[in-house]
Amino acid sequence: MEQFLHELWIARWPLAQGLLLTVEISVASITCGTIIGLFGGIGLTYGKWFLRWPIRVLVDCIRGIPVLVLILASFYLLTFAGINLTAIESGLLALSIFCGAHMGEIIRGALQSIPPGQIDAARAIGLTFPRILAYVLLPQAMRQIMPVWINTGAELVKASTLLSVIGTGELLFRTQEIIGRNFMTLEFYGLCGILYFLVNSMIERFGKFAGQRFALQ
Amino acid sequence: MAYSFRFGVIEANLDNFLQGLLLGLALAFAAILIGTLIGLLCAFATTAKSRAPSRLVGIYVSAIRNTPLLVIVLFVYFALPQLGIRLGKLESFIFSLAIYSGAYLTEVFRAGLAGVPKGVVDAGRAIGLNGLQRALYVIMPIMWRNCLPALGTTFISLFKDTSLAAVIAVPELTYQARKLNTETFRVAEAWATASLLYLSTCLLIAAGLRQLERRFPKF
Repeated sequence: MEQFLHELWIARWPLAQGLLLTVEISVASITCGTIIGLFGGIGLTYGKWFLRWPIRVLVDCIRGIPVLVLILASFYLLTFAGINLTAIESGLLALSIFCGAHMGEIIRGALQSIPPGQIDAARAIGLTFPRILAYVLLPQAMRQIMPVWINTGAELVKASTLLSVIGTGELLFRTQEIIGRNFMTLEFYGLCGILYFLVNSMIERFGKFAGQRFALQ
Repeated sequence: MAYSFRFGVIEANLDNFLQGLLLGLALAFAAILIGTLIGLLCAFATTAKSRAPSRLVGIYVSAIRNTPLLVIVLFVYFALPQLGIRLGKLESFIFSLAIYSGAYLTEVFRAGLAGVPKGVVDAGRAIGLNGLQRALYVIMPIMWRNCLPALGTTFISLFKDTSLAAVIAVPELTYQARKLNTETFRVAEAWATASLLYLSTCLLIAAGLRQLERRFPKF
């Protein structure tokens, strides 16, 4: 135990940096993913067939491929296409695309549950489609997806561990580095798991709170 | 940059890819079998009169759901040997995936149990079935049907999660793609083939499940 505390004290900064990077990656990818998902969801719900079909195919394809394959593919493929991204950037790209596909489906579901009469009513008072989206549809849809959206955040924190495979210095990678030095696998993998658990249960708690706070009556 | 596609390498290694795919399916299948047992036990435990079992199940479910699968896999493979529990690559991955899926399936079965009409259970009691008989012959058949769609999506996502086995060098599909990538530098071909195989398998399973759901109409 004393040795573990000693090693932990030595490893405090790498662990803190890793945790910070994990949070940063998760926040960045959920932000980009939500923006992609917003466009995707709107396209899926209200787009004409030539817009809807390609998005449908793309979303289904991304959802049918494991995240790890997406991450490895974006890491190795982009270099060959002449685009040089760092490991973090290509990981972020893969996570954003993954998150975007899932958010697209979630947002489509929320938009479709809004009664179509509201669009007719908004048209009747002379709103253009962008305004209908901004003032009528999105405020309701956003409230509805709030709990799911926060859960997606926890999902992304978990998915960000996969970036350790391509050598991004997030929490799991830092843990592996530390274990490579002191061989205390049990203690440090355990600690790593507990840290992830704490972060995710905080997000889960917050999601429950937000679900009650923003629920539509 | 000029990159000319050469699928000859893929053709030569197609056997490896297909074996990897089958191994992934087998891993997912083994995991969902054990996970179903865990899930059933936990879900029925929560229906017990005393509070203790359902609290324990609650801890298990939230602990697993809030921990990344990769951390569980690495913990089971690298850390458990320190406690004297030594498992092979395949066994340890199946074990990790099984306890992981067990937590999700507990939730699935709990929802399925909640969907069993109370009157049917009372009817079972009225014709003199004991607790075990009611569970086996009355509750479970209805519960299975309720859970079928969720079980199917869980299986698909477990199949996708078998890609993590590549990290502990289990020779499944992702591992094969990565190997081909580093050995031959046919980057685009390797990842396109792996993605296509994953995608088509998932679509096939989903289509099969839809057929199954049609075969067994809802209660």
